Amino acid sequence: MGVRKAITGAQAAAEAMRQINPDVVVAYPITPQTPIVEEFAKYVADGIVDTEMVPVESEHSAMSATVGAETAGARAMSATSSQGLALMWEVVAATPGLRLPIVMSLVNRALSAPINIHCDHSDVMGVTTVGWIQIFSENAQEVYENTLLAIRVAEDNRVQLPVMVNQDGFITSHAVEPVEIFDDALVQKFVGVRSLDRALLDVEHAKSVGPLVLPDYYFEFKRAQEEAMSKVFEVYHEVGTELSAITGKQYPFFETYRIDDAEAVVVVLNSAAGTAKAAVDAMRAQGKKVGLLKPILFRPFPYAEVREALKDIPVIGVLDRSMDFGACAPVYSEFRNALWKLDRRPAMQSYIYGLGGRDIMTTEIEAVFEELLSGKLDPEHQRYIGLRG
Amino acid sequence: MPTLQEIALKTSGADARIVSGHRMCSGCGIGSIIKTVLAASDKPVIVVSATGCLEVVTTIYPFTAWNTPWMHVTFENAASVASGIEAAYKALKRRGKIDEDVNILAVGGDGGTYDIGFQALSGALERRHKFMYLVYDNEGYMNTGNQRSGATPFGASTTTVPAGKISFGKPQWRKNLVEIAAAHRISYVAQAAVNNTMDLYKKAQKGFNADGPAVLAVLQPCPSNWSFDSSLTMQYSKLAVETNFWPLYEIENGVVHINTKPSNRKPIEEFLKGQTRFRHLFKPGNEHVIVEMQKMIDDEWARLLKLEESGIQF
Repeated sequence: MGVRKAITGAQAAAEAMRQINPDVVVAYPITPQTPIVEEFAKYVADGIVDTEMVPVESEHSAMSATVGAETAGARAMSATSSQGLALMWEVVAATPGLRLPIVMSLVNRALSAPINIHCDHSDVMGVTTVGWIQIFSENAQEVYENTLLAIRVAEDNRVQLPVMVNQDGFITSHAVEPVEIFDDALVQKFVGVRSLDRALLDVEHAKSVGPLVLPDYYFEFKRAQEEAMSKVFEVYHEVGTELSAITGKQYPFFETYRIDDAEAVVVVLNSAAGTAKAAVDAMRAQGKKVGLLKPILFRPFPYAEVREALKDIPVIGVLDRSMDFGACAPVYSEFRNALWKLDRRPAMQSYIYGLGGRDIMTTEIEAVFEELLSGKLDPEHQRYIGLRG
Repeated sequence: MPTLQEIALKTSGADARIVSGHRMCSGCGIGSIIKTVLAASDKPVIVVSATGCLEVVTTIYPFTAWNTPWMHVTFENAASVASGIEAAYKALKRRGKIDEDVNILAVGGDGGTYDIGFQALSGALERRHKFMYLVYDNEGYMNTGNQRSGATPFGASTTTVPAGKISFGKPQWRKNLVEIAAAHRISYVAQAAVNNTMDLYKKAQKGFNADGPAVLAVLQPCPSNWSFDSSLTMQYSKLAVETNFWPLYEIENGVVHINTKPSNRKPIEEFLKGQTRFRHLFKPGNEHVIVEMQKMIDDEWARLLKLEESGIQF
């Protein structure tokens, strides 16, 4: 049994980091990630952790120093949002190729321009192709547990890849919720310590890391990276089972909510899934058969499991909190890919909602369900929720 | 202080920290610079390279010329990667996971240092990480064929600011990286040249032993893009010092000390001639460029002498 604390999503990430007590934390503050860095800095200042914290001059240097520390052999963590992720993109893209199991909190925020500090997923959706494992969190509790899970998945020898743990900016990062924090000793036993097997600081076994690789070998490096990514599912499952022993919870690739006999299902990431559950309950109370699928592990994407879960659903609406201008929205795109193999494909509709932090209401999701059930779809075009007419 | 012969022995053989077989251009001085600097460390050295000549020529996979732990990430982040390594070193030592003492060396060309890596360098110096930053300065983006940098001298022709009918090449003087580094109030900054091994070795030793970060800027004449015969690298390096184009000096705990004072400084033409990047300056109509360059060099030298004489802490 853990202790229940009233904390924000940002504090939940910092609580996980406190228990992990990484060797090194490197970060540059950016709204709405700042409270994670501030909270952790207090732990350092009060001697609650003995982490070496490096307050760098930019996000580019934040990821660079995190990469340096991990290569040296440390367990190193970071956190960022939006423009910060955009600035560190070059090094973020280099990290999986260096096979460094860095875990970073990403507090999702809209990308400029126009500048906006509120939640959407345009930051993370810009990096889903570079090889980080992507885990999404509906609330502060999930932020906390996903961060613990991420450390072990990343550092597993079959994987050795970096992980971003996503949470919605402000909606999750700044809202106070009850969060169950599990026993320090149990959690510390679960996360363990990082092996120094590959450490650059092992000076007896000199290694050259990050060499120039030309057309004769580059392709093989990238193929090996894909192989590691394919191992994530089994590792995620194993580590999740181990974490269950502490938390009593399950760690599936995605969560389904009341979909067994559903005639229409909505797919939505992060905090809006909580709103969607309320909408599902309201509709079910009226006798309407609707349900929800909330993706959690988005990279690698569990195509086969998603297909199996949704194979009998006649109509599916996918809600995206970012756009891929001139193309299908990113979450919609993955679900369409996953379901393409079915003999009897469902009708699908893409929706865009909540850009730049615009609220989404239960009534709006109920309206989506009504539209899906009515069959008045326009699969060729995405629709917009809560947009000025 | 070891003799030149002893230094030479330390830079070769099975124990050398970088070995032969790399792909540096014929006559390139980067090999001499890095070997001399690495030999000056009495502890194991972890090396971080910025993208550039040194990285490219020493590591083409599956080969490596490094006999010491080495890493590279991107062009502009050698100093911040070194920051992370130093933080890891402190944390792992504190937690009893490692016990060996090491030195950390970040290396970049002038592109990765004066320009794209400038912010990362400044941040790392300001945070006082214990590492040495070495710049081998060949005065332009030479790995990619002579494009202009913040270190390219006034009057030089580069592919991005070429001399032409209405251009004499680069119209600005270069940044003074040594003074910029010293303005961070770090305890050791020095300027050296590839031809003077003893001076370079001494400075590298002081840099490694400095209290906090140190910066070492070394002139590296580039036979490929300054376009001179590959046997003349050391000669051009020497001329750069003898003309006061590249004075040998150090700033130790803020105090300037000039290591070599040419008794009769040679005219700058002696350094310029024979280099393709300055060839246009000897054509009629461009005489004023050399005159201006000479004046700038003499003014800078006079200022440096005053700095030294004043004894005022930098």
